[in-house]
Amino acid sequence: MELRKAHIRNFVVFVLPALFLLAVFVLYPTFSTLFMSFVGPEGELTLQNYQSVFASGDIINFKNIQQGQFPFGTLVHNALWIAIHLPLTTFLGLFLAALLRDVKGGAIIKSVIFLGMVMPLVVGGIMIRFMFDGNIGIVNLFLKTFGFPTQTWTAYPETSLLALIFGSVWLWTGFSMIIYSAGLETIPKTYYEAAEIDGASKLRIFFSITIPMLKPITVVVVTMTLLWELKIFDIVYVATMGGPGGSSNVLALQMYLYGFRAWDFSKAAVVAVLITGLTIFAAIPLIRSAGEENVQ
Amino acid sequence: MRKKRLAGNILKNSLGWIIALVWILPIAGIFMTAIRPYSEVINGWWQFEEFNPTFSNFTGALFHESSPLLQGMINSLYIAFPATIIPLILATMAGYGIARYRFPFRKTFIITVVMTLALPQQMIAVPIFQIMSSLGLVDSFWGLILVHTAWGIPWTTFFMRNYFKTLPVTMEEAAKIDGASDSQIFFRVVLPNAFPAIASAAALQFTWVWSDFFLALILIYSPSKLLATQRIPLMRGQYQVDWGLLSAASITVMIVPIMIYILLQRYYVRGMVGWTIK
Repeated sequence: MELRKAHIRNFVVFVLPALFLLAVFVLYPTFSTLFMSFVGPEGELTLQNYQSVFASGDIINFKNIQQGQFPFGTLVHNALWIAIHLPLTTFLGLFLAALLRDVKGGAIIKSVIFLGMVMPLVVGGIMIRFMFDGNIGIVNLFLKTFGFPTQTWTAYPETSLLALIFGSVWLWTGFSMIIYSAGLETIPKTYYEAAEIDGASKLRIFFSITIPMLKPITVVVVTMTLLWELKIFDIVYVATMGGPGGSSNVLALQMYLYGFRAWDFSKAAVVAVLITGLTIFAAIPLIRSAGEENVQ
Repeated sequence: MRKKRLAGNILKNSLGWIIALVWILPIAGIFMTAIRPYSEVINGWWQFEEFNPTFSNFTGALFHESSPLLQGMINSLYIAFPATIIPLILATMAGYGIARYRFPFRKTFIITVVMTLALPQQMIAVPIFQIMSSLGLVDSFWGLILVHTAWGIPWTTFFMRNYFKTLPVTMEEAAKIDGASDSQIFFRVVLPNAFPAIASAAALQFTWVWSDFFLALILIYSPSKLLATQRIPLMRGQYQVDWGLLSAASITVMIVPIMIYILLQRYYVRGMVGWTIK
């Protein structure tokens, strides 16, 4: 498509207002934070902030990792979050999208599962606390039925992080499920018919047609999920406040605690830069596809 | 063969509904806890020996003595409407601009927009706090609206631009030949056709602003100005969790995004899927 050449007037009217707000309230603060992370108390450029943040053990706590004792450090906690939450939500979402197509009332089930995505994350944090509560939590009802020990799972250092992670699977699975559901509709029926005529088994069809056809969607689901996991804040703040003893703390909450509880902006900036580095890295496929599309 | 298919069907249906219980039970639970006195559910909301539904948890949350949720809901609405409408107007124009016009640094602008989609709010938090302090806009609704507007612009711009790229230009060209100016084309021809995309973007932006917690946390602190999401953690009770109050408050706050989801379901899901599937 041929793009019209913009007169300055058109540029000013259409793009400049958005660009101005973006520059003042998003781009400038971003570079300001980056700069802040490298500035010492006397205004000199230094790596001191990074050293003191990493030395504190708030990011990676080698001693505790060796002893196998929480907290492992916020970066490790986010990594654990990704290691458990990413594969679970992705596969579960795909599985549910495929399964619920053939289930009576599948649309209703999808809506209920998607509620986890619709509710504010603050409420999501309350839901997690509620599910894992010692007295009235549904998780404990099941454990009790099968003779397992019960407790308020978010209140103990050994289990608080895992409870949050599994609770967040409950919240986020609706996302991949909805995206995969839409993706399944885009696969032409003729592909399946042809495979069936050739006598391919259901399983074979799934792995040889469905999965490859969904690859671009999987890239998007994985990218978005990674971004969500790296930015996780609200549910931890509400459910455990990173506790007990930092055992369920995550990077984004650590940044808040440094910046707005201890009022140490330099340390907060270091953590913010760390998260941003990770999210930009995770978003590379997204950025690349946006870049390619525009070579017209 | 038919028997086998029937068996498969039954298996699929029962598996689907058993998995569905994992999501249905907690939601039913929070609802049951909200509509019953706490003394009844203390040993689990699934106990039904006594069952006296009541609104007392809801009134207790809405008119809570230290942090009334009603005030929070009103404050959140004050924020969410302008913080949806303003970025949508600006982003619709910017999205149209980059979809149709050539101008210097166009590609840089698009890449910047996509990169800001990946940014965590933590990256802007401290400077935003400092800027707002110097403007005297800390603890002010306008300060928060401004930040939400700026924060919402990248994704809404990107979203609208993707939509405009799917609209055929022939109508706009026809209008041009008839002598319409660029702004006339935009308001008379383009905007009416962009309604589905605008509805999608509005549904999502409103939901996100309503659900936001972090930006409110760093910018709003007066007890009377706290937003709905900020009041939920305050309902927890000092020594013991008051689940009745907490679940009623949770339902009250999530009812708004759920209503948007139900009313605008078509647009909502399309908005969510829209940025991912072309």
